[in-house]
Amino acid sequence: MGIVEGKFSDNFVTSKVDSLVAWARKSALWPMTFGLACCAIEMMASGAARYDFDRFGVIFRATPRQSDVIIVAGTVTHKMGDAIRKVYDQMPEPRWVIAMGNCATCGGPYANYAVMQGVDEIIPVDVYIPGCPPRPESLMWGVMQLQKKIEQEKYIRR
Amino acid sequence: MPDEVEENSEQTNDAPDADEPAEAVKTPPGEDLKEVVESAFPGAVLEQSAYQDDEDEATFVVGLDSIVDVSTHLRDHGDTLFKLLTDLTAVHYPEAENPFEVLYQLYSIEHNRRLRLKVRIKEGQAMPTVSSVWSSADWMEREIYDLFGIEFEGHPDLRRILLPDNWGSHPMRKDYPLEGRGERIYTKPKRKEIGD
Amino acid sequence: MVGVANTSRIEQQSTLHGTEELVINMGPQHPSTHGVLRVILKLDGETVNDLDCDIGYLHRGTEKIGENITYTMFIPYTDRLDYIAAPSNNLAWVTAVEKFFDWEIPMRAQYIRSMVGELSRIASHLLWLATHALDIGAMTVFLWCFREREMVLDLFETAFGGRLTVNAFRLGGLHEDVPDKFLQLTQEFIDIFPSRIDDYETLLTNNRIWLQRTRDVGIISAEDAMDLGLTGPIIRGSGVRWDLRRAKPYAAYPYLDFVVPVGENGDIYDRYLVRIEELRQSTRIIQQCLDQLPGGPVTCKTPRTIKPPEGEIYHSIENPKGEFGFYIVSDGTTTPYRVRIRPPSFINLGGLKKLCIGQLVADVVAIIGSIDIVLGECDR
Repeated sequence: MGIVEGKFSDNFVTSKVDSLVAWARKSALWPMTFGLACCAIEMMASGAARYDFDRFGVIFRATPRQSDVIIVAGTVTHKMGDAIRKVYDQMPEPRWVIAMGNCATCGGPYANYAVMQGVDEIIPVDVYIPGCPPRPESLMWGVMQLQKKIEQEKYIRR
Repeated sequence: MPDEVEENSEQTNDAPDADEPAEAVKTPPGEDLKEVVESAFPGAVLEQSAYQDDEDEATFVVGLDSIVDVSTHLRDHGDTLFKLLTDLTAVHYPEAENPFEVLYQLYSIEHNRRLRLKVRIKEGQAMPTVSSVWSSADWMEREIYDLFGIEFEGHPDLRRILLPDNWGSHPMRKDYPLEGRGERIYTKPKRKEIGD
Repeated sequence: MVGVANTSRIEQQSTLHGTEELVINMGPQHPSTHGVLRVILKLDGETVNDLDCDIGYLHRGTEKIGENITYTMFIPYTDRLDYIAAPSNNLAWVTAVEKFFDWEIPMRAQYIRSMVGELSRIASHLLWLATHALDIGAMTVFLWCFREREMVLDLFETAFGGRLTVNAFRLGGLHEDVPDKFLQLTQEFIDIFPSRIDDYETLLTNNRIWLQRTRDVGIISAEDAMDLGLTGPIIRGSGVRWDLRRAKPYAAYPYLDFVVPVGENGDIYDRYLVRIEELRQSTRIIQQCLDQLPGGPVTCKTPRTIKPPEGEIYHSIENPKGEFGFYIVSDGTTTPYRVRIRPPSFINLGGLKKLCIGQLVADVVAIIGSIDIVLGECDR
């Protein structure tokens, strides 16, 4: 447990467990493959050989019931909205949401009748990644931001 | 197995339209096609035009009643063989007497030619379906129904295709605003904290 | 197959035990539907009796947007239609709008357009091969194809600054000349790429599992393919030697030599062979472009505001997926009156029902993969 060493500066047991849980959670973020549009291709590229998301413990799962984080990669239309909500509700707690790309963040270039202006209209978002589409490096940055966020969460004593 | 991909560059290197000499020197584009149509259905071609006399842009305006017959004839006649319905779409001209234009973009692989058929209809008027002539028309007619609200009589399965079933309006009409009419309204969710 | 031979037995059983058709929903979030396609299958045992596609989950109203912005502003939106081969879409749009005018596009621009178009074809076919093989169960192909796809994306980045949605071309030519490094890297890429295609073929072409999953599955005849309006590698897989690069040449294709490959049976395996051969032909075309690339300017003199004369045109090009065209109605102003996108994926997907009925449910995934759809352009 070399990585957690030195992180338990507080002498409280709760704090130590918090850190341990946070470390465990952030190191195995299993995202759901929720490819919607162009960003999904960059998400696939992130998972492929060159960028290799497995290094971060990010392993794509095909089902919401086994995943911790949903990467909303692409344009969310009104027709898709209900499906996203349904998938999100199927995910077990704790769960996080990454809005990848401008479309998922705010509608992007599609300010029109069919497109929802940001996925945060239906599900709460933790990390927004800008870009159209974001490069795999940006997605990595987003995942690391989420890891930082998870690190700071308190689980046992709040 | 690999030899299924034939190496036959000699045949393909010929320009496929070499059999069409400069016959359109004086005649407007698509005159020969018009003759084919007129020979079977006299007076079916109401208007004939082509953008900048381009052979590929030959356009016939045909009547609502004759579109299925003309389509079938153009598909089966040996001089035309328009077996491919490339595209089927509509345009909305709100000010015109017949505000909807339905367009059939045909292509003949054998003769390497294009032809556009147009039908002008009034608001609320139903079109006859051509899905019995080309199966590909099935989805494209559904799309026109979805986006323009034009009904197709005799279509096997006329439903919305792109928008949700309960959308209620037809967005590609010119009077429909780009931002929509607020068909869907959501309340923003609150971030649920862990342990709540 | 199973369905045909055992129909009477199944009927007997269904009356005995009260069995009925099984309805399965696939998608819109399903890893094998290549995006947000939803397919509702009606099964009799393992045989597909009926099928209904529910699309529109990515309908972004691109055509409506096109009616509200200028001709130049629409170029980035075309990137996001068939986002796997973005420069191809740019090419379709700019050549369509240029049809309104009698501009002399410089030859250097035409050659670069063809070259980048072929690179995007390679990128698209690589993604198709990667996902199609992954659907059938070959993981290695996925990783290998993405390795080469990254090389192509690097080339786009060198030339245009973007990886995926590159906004490559402008009306009248290119935005600016490509850097020398791009040409040099492209040469390096196509030097090694043919051997990589051989690698994929080593994995798949004579692989027993691949043959069992793809041969004699999803057969469509040439007549049916034409009736359904199928274009691109599907109709060529059924034996129709028709390619718009040859039939209605655009860009620099009149000066380039290439073979249009066709299949015989029209099954998934033939479509696979056609696309693999197209990868080779694309490499050949790029080599010719590099060899023949003329110097000179890359853009012609265009007016500051693009105002096409009144009229309507239809122009289409051979995208990796099939015939990709634009029907534009101009009313003489700076914005188009009507933009219609002729989507190959949408129309090819319309043939899915015909291809799937009577097949086994496991083959549906393989057939969807072999059609090579991209939902961004299917739903627009």
